[in-house]
Amino acid sequence: MNESDDSTMSQHPMNATSPDGVDCDEAVHALYHYLDGELTDERRAVISLHLDQCAPCGSAAHFESELRRIVADQCTDRVPQSLIERVAAAINEEERHGN
Amino acid sequence: MEFMAPLYSAAMRMTRNASDAEDLVQETYLKAYRSFGGFEQGTNLRAWLYRILTNTYINEYRARQRRPEIEDVEDVEDLYLYRRFAGVDGTVSPSAEEEVIRAIHDDAIKSALESLPDTYRIAVMLSDIEGFSYKEMAEILEIPPGTVMSRLHRGRKALQKALLPYAEAKGLITPVSP
Repeated sequence: MNESDDSTMSQHPMNATSPDGVDCDEAVHALYHYLDGELTDERRAVISLHLDQCAPCGSAAHFESELRRIVADQCTDRVPQSLIERVAAAINEEERHGN
Repeated sequence: MEFMAPLYSAAMRMTRNASDAEDLVQETYLKAYRSFGGFEQGTNLRAWLYRILTNTYINEYRARQRRPEIEDVEDVEDLYLYRRFAGVDGTVSPSAEEEVIRAIHDDAIKSALESLPDTYRIAVMLSDIEGFSYKEMAEILEIPPGTVMSRLHRGRKALQKALLPYAEAKGLITPVSP
């Protein structure tokens, strides 16, 4: 299959500009910055409106944000108590040498 | 000790093993302690600690792991995983979404993230796990914000690609035509 077929949403029925004036490709492109909280308020409002009005883009945004939440949730490790003690001891040692 | 839990998790994702992660965290705290005089009050302490952690990892641990300094990831399309679950109407139903999320639970995410090259793994970690802004990441990694964005973008897509086999293993996806 031609890889470039994937560059637009292959199953996305709305490739034309929707009534809010934002094209879906543009919304997908802005989605990462949107979820990162890195858009200006004005731009954020425009993208947010599009996500509310366009089912595929809204669904994609939800999926991406859920995925991020689960990545953050899963990537935490419990700090071993021995490490806390070790670091405290190492800093105490430094302090003693420093004074 | 403030920030130790997130720093330890970050160190685990960087070094991929508990013993190196513990050494890396200890070294980070010691370096921070020694150079605290150089830390400007009122600036971002958390970002400063991550900067020490990241630099220490890159300078002292990465070399030991004998991984090539620059590794690239294949560039894949936006919404890589999402597109593989979307139905004919272009949406993923809430139940399908829940199934995907459940399938990649547990160790799949850690393993997929740890399979990414350093450059991309660290960018994804700092943003998606630690919640740093592009500007903070630019300071931590000492790279321009544009580079932060491109690493993050590629890293996230590569992570999704790495997660696909886990979803497939659970029988959730019929791979798209070859």
